[in-house]
Amino acid sequence: MTPRVVFPNKILPYLLVAPQLAITLVFFYWPASQALYQSMLREDPFGLKSKFVWFDNFKKVLADPNYINSIHVTAIFSIATALLSMVVALILAVMADKVVRSRNLYRTLLIWPYAVAPAIAGMLWLFLFNPSIGSLAYALRWMGIPWDPLLKGDQAMVLVVMAAAWKQISYNFLFFVAGLQAIPKTLIEAAAIDGAREFKRFWTIVFPLLAPTTFFLLVVNTVYAFFDTFGIIHAVTGGGPGKATETLVYKVYNDGFVNLILGDSAAQSVILMVIVIALTAVQFRYVERKVHYG
Amino acid sequence: MAEPSKGHDKLMIGQSPTGIYIAHAILILGVIVVAFPIYYTFVASTHSLQTILRPPLPLLPGDRFIENYSEALFGGVGRIGGVPVWTLLFNTTVVALGIAIGKIIISILSAYAIVFFRFPLRMTFFWIIFITLMLPVEVRILPTYKVMVDLGLIDTYAGLIVPLIASATATLLFRQFFLTIPGELVEAARVDGAGPFRFFKDILLPLSRTNIAALFVILFIYGWTQYLWPLLVTNDNQMNTIVIALKKMVSFADADTEWHLVMVTAMLAIVPPILVVVLMQRWFVRGLVDTEK
Repeated sequence: MTPRVVFPNKILPYLLVAPQLAITLVFFYWPASQALYQSMLREDPFGLKSKFVWFDNFKKVLADPNYINSIHVTAIFSIATALLSMVVALILAVMADKVVRSRNLYRTLLIWPYAVAPAIAGMLWLFLFNPSIGSLAYALRWMGIPWDPLLKGDQAMVLVVMAAAWKQISYNFLFFVAGLQAIPKTLIEAAAIDGAREFKRFWTIVFPLLAPTTFFLLVVNTVYAFFDTFGIIHAVTGGGPGKATETLVYKVYNDGFVNLILGDSAAQSVILMVIVIALTAVQFRYVERKVHYG
Repeated sequence: MAEPSKGHDKLMIGQSPTGIYIAHAILILGVIVVAFPIYYTFVASTHSLQTILRPPLPLLPGDRFIENYSEALFGGVGRIGGVPVWTLLFNTTVVALGIAIGKIIISILSAYAIVFFRFPLRMTFFWIIFITLMLPVEVRILPTYKVMVDLGLIDTYAGLIVPLIASATATLLFRQFFLTIPGELVEAARVDGAGPFRFFKDILLPLSRTNIAALFVILFIYGWTQYLWPLLVTNDNQMNTIVIALKKMVSFADADTEWHLVMVTAMLAIVPPILVVVLMQRWFVRGLVDTEK
């Protein structure tokens, strides 16, 4: 960075950063350090005394079949959500890139779900697909599919994945459109002149050039599926049936806030913290690549 | 997509008219899939409870629009946990505006300090703000809740807003933008006798207008759609946001859920942020792309 022209004040800058700093220290760093500390404590059953146990809580959590299940659930949920919403968004973006007429109208109609709260998105899909009054559930049963996401774990998973992916389509669509626009049209026309058909042009030119956007969206969608979908799980399935849709974030909330198992919950929080740090690191490590052609 | 959408589809080399028709068909299909849940919620909000309870629901709106909406808005007191819908909308608006404006103010101030001043610990502060990206609420639920209890912030607007207004993303965005402002501008302002306040008010703020608008749309949506945080820090139904209240109204196992009113409430929870996104589309798209850089 080149030396900048700056103001000489000594006290003023501290006053300017003070509000943000105060909030981060009180509501971010202090609680996070408490989570770290508590993750190494274990309380007796009456909550009267607590003992420092080093990494015992972590060992306990990682050996817990319910936690392992939750890791599986989160992995399936995140991969399915990211893939589904990215594939749909990519198809729509490629089509939108082709047409000129009504292009802005399509965009306007496709960005709505972004503004819908995840929990409400979940409720809308549950309204459509719940076994008692859902119209689409009715249609599925009429087609002979035994549909009951409130009792069948895999169907509950399908439902929350659909709701979560639906909400993310808008976001992915806008980024794919931006990515496609950055690809020089001459490149594609040159390939067409050389006789490459549409599918071939897509796979050999467009898709590789979109790789930075795709990778970036993959990270963002994973973060979304991990953390921002709490509302969907909480509103639609409550982690059930059984523990079929209990994601890591939902489990932390449930163990800590509902069941009040403090040490375990804190250890789970710390594990999540490590995951966020890894994801953020990946995001910032590769963030420049995203704007390669822009 | 900045160019006007008028006119006919112009074919590129290698494109066929059939391909364009297929593209339109797929897009229309996509729009139907994407818009359907929202459209159907609207349809449900205009039918009677009896119609909703007997699937399949008709695909077209019913004749109960006025009855349902007026019952939810004016007569439905006591149905949503005893709280009028107006209170819920008011709470949600306060929270969304509070978060959006709060984040913008404290971020623009810290970015201003970090870019236009030199002081000890400057970069330390920058990193302290940056690292909050890695500490979302989800990883510190219980201890943060305890802080809220200790500070007496449960069931208050301050409790719903203040802890969420620290923003690494907004600070980074403003910092990046400020770094593009030429030093000559600062120099000129200083020669003309402008102090840091004048410079901020008369030069920096007007230059940041589009950034602020773009950020505002994104942050308003962020505030409006909050879930976990209001769930943690409100016990009193009077302090619920509309999203939380909606969750409390719905029970799929319980036959007493008044679906027609639930659907009206859902519409009221969905429409304001959709309007913001659609009407401020230009800033929304810009904000989205900017905040992810």
